[in-house]
Amino acid sequence: MSEWGIGKPVRRREDDRFIRGRGQYTDDINRPNQTHAVFVRSPHAHALIRSIDLEEANAAPGVLAILTGKDVAEDGLAGLICGWTVHSKDGSEMKAGGHPILAAEKVRYVGDHVVLVLAETKAQALAAADLVLVDYEPLPAVSLKNSTEPGSAQVHDEAPGNLCFEWELGDKAATEDAFSKAARTVSIDLANNRLVPNAMEPRAAIGDYDAGRDEYTLWTTSQNPHVARLVLSAFVGVAPEHKLRVIAPDVGGGFGSKIFIYPEETACAWASKKIGRPIKWTADRSEAFLADAHGRDHLSHAELALDEDGKFLGLKVKTKANLGAYLSTFSAAVPTYLYGTLLSGQYDIPAIYVEVDGVYTTTSPVDAYRGAGRPEATYIVERIVETAARETGFDPAEMRRMNFVKTFPHQTPVIMNYDIGDFEASLDKALEVADYAGFPDRKEEAAKRGKLRGIGFSTYIEACGIAPSAAVGSLGAGVGLWESAEVQVAPTGKIEVFTGSHSHGQGHETTFAQLVSERTGLPLEDIEIIHGDTGRVQFGMGTYGSRSGAVGMSAIFKAIDKVEAKARKIAAQLMEAAEDDVVLENGAFTVKGTDKSLSWPEVTLAAYTGHGFDTAEIEPGLKESAFYDPLNFTFPAGCHICEVEIDPETGVTEIVNFTAIDDFGTIINPMIVEGQVHGGLVQGIGQALYEHGIYDEESGQLMTGSFMDYCMPRADNFPGFKLGFTPTVCPSNPMGMKGCGEAGAIGSPPAVINAITDALGIKDIPMPATPARVWAAIQNSATPKAA
Amino acid sequence: MYQFDYHRPANLKEAAELLTKCDEAKILAGGQTLIPTLKQRLAMPSDLIDLGALKELSFIKAEGDAIMIGAATPHADVAVNADVRKHLPSLAKLAEGIGDPAVRHKGTIGGSLANNDPSADYPAAVLALDAKIHTTKRLIEADEFFKGMFETALGEDEIITEITFPHPKRAAYVKFPNPASRYAMVGVFVAETPMGIRVAVTGAGQEGVFRVKEMEDALAKDWSADAISGIKVPAENMLSDLHGDAEYRAHLVTVIAKRAVAAAI
Repeated sequence: MSEWGIGKPVRRREDDRFIRGRGQYTDDINRPNQTHAVFVRSPHAHALIRSIDLEEANAAPGVLAILTGKDVAEDGLAGLICGWTVHSKDGSEMKAGGHPILAAEKVRYVGDHVVLVLAETKAQALAAADLVLVDYEPLPAVSLKNSTEPGSAQVHDEAPGNLCFEWELGDKAATEDAFSKAARTVSIDLANNRLVPNAMEPRAAIGDYDAGRDEYTLWTTSQNPHVARLVLSAFVGVAPEHKLRVIAPDVGGGFGSKIFIYPEETACAWASKKIGRPIKWTADRSEAFLADAHGRDHLSHAELALDEDGKFLGLKVKTKANLGAYLSTFSAAVPTYLYGTLLSGQYDIPAIYVEVDGVYTTTSPVDAYRGAGRPEATYIVERIVETAARETGFDPAEMRRMNFVKTFPHQTPVIMNYDIGDFEASLDKALEVADYAGFPDRKEEAAKRGKLRGIGFSTYIEACGIAPSAAVGSLGAGVGLWESAEVQVAPTGKIEVFTGSHSHGQGHETTFAQLVSERTGLPLEDIEIIHGDTGRVQFGMGTYGSRSGAVGMSAIFKAIDKVEAKARKIAAQLMEAAEDDVVLENGAFTVKGTDKSLSWPEVTLAAYTGHGFDTAEIEPGLKESAFYDPLNFTFPAGCHICEVEIDPETGVTEIVNFTAIDDFGTIINPMIVEGQVHGGLVQGIGQALYEHGIYDEESGQLMTGSFMDYCMPRADNFPGFKLGFTPTVCPSNPMGMKGCGEAGAIGSPPAVINAITDALGIKDIPMPATPARVWAAIQNSATPKAA
Repeated sequence: MYQFDYHRPANLKEAAELLTKCDEAKILAGGQTLIPTLKQRLAMPSDLIDLGALKELSFIKAEGDAIMIGAATPHADVAVNADVRKHLPSLAKLAEGIGDPAVRHKGTIGGSLANNDPSADYPAAVLALDAKIHTTKRLIEADEFFKGMFETALGEDEIITEITFPHPKRAAYVKFPNPASRYAMVGVFVAETPMGIRVAVTGAGQEGVFRVKEMEDALAKDWSADAISGIKVPAENMLSDLHGDAEYRAHLVTVIAKRAVAAAI
């Protein structure tokens, strides 16, 4: 094993340029003769566009062109698409309303794109945008609550009652049967609060049309540049696929929000041909709040059926999911197949039935955000299980243990087939690390200081490594979810890996190189990881769903298999040995049982000189590609235990202890994995305690449109997390990996809320459990205040 | 940002003249409120008069039983100044808790007071310590200075030059931060000075910083947290927003005032 190989906490190679300010983000790039774009956005949640007057704006200094939805239509561009089609209970297809690049007739949320102003400078574009006069006829706003009420305004004519789909999963009859036999049932109503992603780098784009070659280049903040190119060519019609190059250079975080194909980036590419000059657009933070796709936003009712011994018999869930004003790129999949399929949690539940109504509202589109559907499912399961334990008098840990899936593979009633896991191992380790046994003493001690102390569990499971292409295809995906890689060995032996997995904070340039180092024995500096450019990488489905390890690295693994096989053949001929006797170890090819040896560069150079082996039998060169389609989802799982102290006077909740014991399968770089868990926990605890995207019910205005009101978690909100791993090796990919990027955000919210409700002795408190809400809950509950 | 003319006067006299001469001028002190406002195109001044070159306004002096702080003194200087830490540790602590390091190194005491943001920290100190505000034209008592949210007694052509604080016998500032912005949602400055006991509250009131006379009277009889635990400010005068309704803020005023009394040194 090399010193940089699998399992080593190698420092992130990419951080050197990030920390020194030498990264190249989209906004750092400037093209010769570049112009600047500003979007005139809707100030209304919902309105008809009566007319647009551009006369004054067109006359403003520096203006090059002002474009509207009419211009988009004249150029024959289609709208944006949702890449996943779900069907309603009655078999009908979801009702997708049009998603225009620039709204021509109607605006559907505050921030909706109406007019594109192009000018020599950004200041000139902003000044001209102020002079654009749009005459609106306001219509009533549509919220998640009122969307399906009779008489509500219609967001899309195609979707009566604002219902996009009425989806179901599971066996309704079997579930009803389970409830009819139940000794007792537990029910809960839960809201999953809306979140604004807020990647550190806002979205940006440069569209650059080359008239000489009739080619477009789009630099953009994308998690999946090939998918962006595919959508822009095949569906929107910006340019044929071979005439469009999409480059996602350094990208500063995405959390899902940069998966999607948005109007702004599309418009920059399209309009660059119209004005014959490059166009740059960079969102400011206010635009990011308004027009990035948001996450979560569900209202749910759940019921759990139990027998007299506390065994789970059935689970029923009814959810109303906010899709926002338009279907975004993956939005239909998130509250359905990424959600309903995880409702079995870590438990053996014989019958599950879930219904999801996906509704349109006059809010920013809602799509995948760190965890995407799985946090919402985990929140339901882990809150109702904790509630069941409290209502039946079971210890919450033991009630979970009693109902755990203990044999694998395990087929759940909601599609997923869990391949492997050891839920008791993570629970036991978490109980030990969190010192569960010592909690009563700590609670008593806290009470002496006037604090209310509570403890909460979450034993989560999620599905990553999305996903087997045939499986997702059968569920409505418009694409396959494999990944591709090319491994190109230079004559000097240096290796370039071209991967379809984009890195926007995950550390691929380190971890992927560690895999290559492990396999070849080369030091990291001899290995380059290249991603994010459709002009260099053959194809890629991108980075999301914690898939770049389990799927992206598996593609690299397969390509290395091919490179190694070919190199061994060449080495065998060079050393006049039988191929089966040649092994690659520590950067050298040796012949078993002899002292014959050739270094890696000696063999790679020979591959390119074509000397010393039969080029009629073995082609010269050393470059291989692979497309890897996963065999199954992977199932990261674990146990989070949260301990809080609440100040009853102010309602402030302090996390005093947080334990996360996870099973991510094989870990390539424990330091990076811990970083991923830290980030995920901060986002999950952020959802539970701080973050909330709030639209005004009446006006449809975003009330939390800046960091003054949208509470981003900060480092000083958290204690040091106690992390640990209880891995089981995933059988469905060559390295046994499961994925770690989202688990923290998936598992933690219910642990936090379970801890707070435990401390306060109440059934529920809505997320985020702000000081004001906690204080109000204390005033309204019968719990005596401590001390 | 809209276009404006930028001036960087060399001295106070020049600054005052520019202010009189220009049409819709704004004074740029530390710019920690003004610059973001300009960037968001929420303000359109004709002229910006930058006080950054006026070294005469950036000072901290201890004389007799008073501390004088120049209007253009950044918060970071107040936080670390030895005289302030010795005679007015509560003010040093307040300054140390404003915003973040960048804000504290650019933002100034005079800028904060002239802006009179209802959730700013300094107004609570000035009012509780009964400080004097010196301007290019006159001296203004703390009680006369604050006139409601973003409103002060300053005239159009008036620039704050210095704030004089007495040495309190004891004082403390405790802030309950808004979880999102970390501005004061309720900030209470309690002080016992030679002129008497004062309790000033920022962040909570609809009219900006205010005094709680009932608490002052109670503390005059018995300087203890218990003495004011039963005193509640009327909720109808409190701000109400996404982060907390008026009832919650009114409750917090008592809680935070008690903590300030307990912390006073």
